[in-house]
Amino acid sequence: MSDHEHDHPHSPVTFGGEPPAAARVRALEELLVEKGVITNEDVRRGIDWLVSRSPSDGARLVARAWVDAEFKARLLENARAAALELGLDSGPSPVVVALENTEDVHHLVVCTLCSCYPRALLGPPPDWYKSLPYRSRAVSDPRGVLDEFGVELDEDVEVRVVDSTADMRYLVVPRRPAGTESLSEDELAALVSRDSMIGVALPETPAVASSR
Amino acid sequence: MSFVVGERVRVSDRAHRGHHRTPAYLKGKTGVVERAHDSFTNPETRAYGDSGLPKQTCYLVAFEQCDVWPSYSGRPRDRIYVDVFRHWLEEAT
Repeated sequence: MSDHEHDHPHSPVTFGGEPPAAARVRALEELLVEKGVITNEDVRRGIDWLVSRSPSDGARLVARAWVDAEFKARLLENARAAALELGLDSGPSPVVVALENTEDVHHLVVCTLCSCYPRALLGPPPDWYKSLPYRSRAVSDPRGVLDEFGVELDEDVEVRVVDSTADMRYLVVPRRPAGTESLSEDELAALVSRDSMIGVALPETPAVASSR
Repeated sequence: MSFVVGERVRVSDRAHRGHHRTPAYLKGKTGVVERAHDSFTNPETRAYGDSGLPKQTCYLVAFEQCDVWPSYSGRPRDRIYVDVFRHWLEEAT
């Protein structure tokens, strides 16, 4: 129980200044290094790789899908193989699945259990994605959440929430904005925000992007 | 037992002590198999140092939001898709 007074019970938040989960991970890491299973260098490289990923990788995939229908079909069929065509490797596990937003369907991704996220293609998730309010409300009131994010959908669009609870990670392929016919693939990629690939935003329009 | 795309399935309404990936809000709910993913090690045993074998097929199952949340205020066609391991799914009639 907590050592401070308030209205809900929980485990101690810290243990000797270090959160229990962090202490456990540190102990495991030390043990694995000591037993020669991994090296500190492996851990450092792994962390470097993860934090070096960014939404611009996912945006490249989306932009290519917008300009190349056959690539889009391959992306929706097997996202890892399609990403490899652009030199991006999402790795064998977890498996990434791309979901296409259309005139009729809008996807919104959440992980109610924790923070599952296609990190290999989008980098680390935003803090709100891991927050309890987003995780609980995205599943039960997705239209309310979309409204708060400023997303306006046509009345008859079906909202599909995808709760990423296991070994799969979902990446939304948003709809290409109108008025972008003359843009290059790189210019299109610049319109594809991280949030649009989670499903809580629409891609920027060229006018908005150029006013930034 | 395995399931095919389009088949109606029910999420087992059983309690489970310890780590598992089946969201509480789905237990006892009926949905339709949207995709059959690959098989993966079972997190319920793997979380406690076991091998997680045998692997379990993971399914993406679609549920009507109105079935899952009786007070759902969105559109009637809205759905929620959730990955559920085979051993949590039952045939639905």
